Amino acid sequence: MSNMVDARGLSCPQPVLMTMEKIKKTQKGEIAILVDTDTSRENVSRAATSQGWKVKGVKPDGTGYRIMIAKK
Amino acid sequence: MLRKFFASRWGIIGTGAFIGVFAALLQRWGNPGNMGICVACFERDIAGALGLHRAAVVQYMRPEIIGFVLGSLIAAYLFKEFRPRAGSAPIVRFVLGAFAMIGALVFLGCPWRAMLRLAGGDLNAIFGILGLITGIWVGTWFLRGGYNLGRAQQTHTSVGWLLPLIMLGFLALMLLYPQVQGEPKSGVLFYSIKGPGSMHASLLIALGVGLAVGTLAQRSRFCTMGAFRDLILFRQIHLFSGVVALVVVAFITNVILKQFHPGFANQPVAHTMGLWNFGGMVLAGLAFALAGGCPGRQLFLTGEGDGDAAVFVLGMITGAGFAHNFGLASSPKGVGPHGIVAVIIGIIVCLFIGFTMRKKVA
Repeated sequence: MSNMVDARGLSCPQPVLMTMEKIKKTQKGEIAILVDTDTSRENVSRAATSQGWKVKGVKPDGTGYRIMIAKK
Repeated sequence: MLRKFFASRWGIIGTGAFIGVFAALLQRWGNPGNMGICVACFERDIAGALGLHRAAVVQYMRPEIIGFVLGSLIAAYLFKEFRPRAGSAPIVRFVLGAFAMIGALVFLGCPWRAMLRLAGGDLNAIFGILGLITGIWVGTWFLRGGYNLGRAQQTHTSVGWLLPLIMLGFLALMLLYPQVQGEPKSGVLFYSIKGPGSMHASLLIALGVGLAVGTLAQRSRFCTMGAFRDLILFRQIHLFSGVVALVVVAFITNVILKQFHPGFANQPVAHTMGLWNFGGMVLAGLAFALAGGCPGRQLFLTGEGDGDAAVFVLGMITGAGFAHNFGLASSPKGVGPHGIVAVIIGIIVCLFIGFTMRKKVA
């Protein structure tokens, strides 16, 4: 999947910075973000929502999470 | 439900308010002036208790710090968030920790104490807070340019346990060698007879408040550096609202307890050299921003199993040793004989780290 951000192992604020960059490039559609801490899960979800994107789902992925965000 | 609450705006505001009330109360219960809680000062006192520096007035094994780590560890286990990880440029984190401490000791306080000093009426703190914001602003400039310390790896559970175990060891030493009235040493531990190190709340109260703060802050991700960083970088006020709550509630509690004394001169454990109050915190703010968390947050991260944050903490404790052995730390009289040079060197080192550690996230 091309619209994917792999922020596993990266600490604050890298996962949010990477997500924001991807959001800017993508404009709309779907993005999957991989994170491995609960802090990153919360921060990425909060940042996406603040940019007008919807958090469609958060699934466990390995020892972390896969966050799906979307904008129409 | 509880999980959602702590991640919410009210969760972070509640944590800031809790810290504000109990920092002011800890001062009432015996901690030094405007130093109900200070992560940098208390880690410095721990370095003194261990004899890593021999400044007689700042030696005490602060139970608050032990509580922060263990409270966070308990919360992380309760909510299944303990994730042992390490390996993201540990040596850089050590050096950043050491210089963060040196900068904080030139100002005389970590960001938490900067807020508490303001809430107690110490107007010198304004220069420190402006320095802190400047340092963090420079840090965000590096972050925008792609600065990062690389990925951490998952690792053995015991790696995440090491710093909490060290803290348990410190607690055991304290119980084994309790303070003896009027004595500068008990067993292997040093104690201050006078000065800030001699002023402290009782062990149980300090540990209890530490555990509670550690638990709340782990849940809510409270971070004073992140507060300003997110505000500058993302225009996000989430973490910032926690810091505002801390200042407002500490101020109100101080007024009620008659601990609010506005002014510049004769403030407790503070000096009036505005430029170096500012400069020290520029260094500390930049180091915290490059390391990804204020000193409190680094302690809470160690409780979640973050071995890199643990290295930062050990860097801070080592930095405190250097700060007092080399005459870098300030005193109420003003900056130490070599404090100014140390701040300049520290800023150069941080800039070197910021400029040279970019991108390369594979």
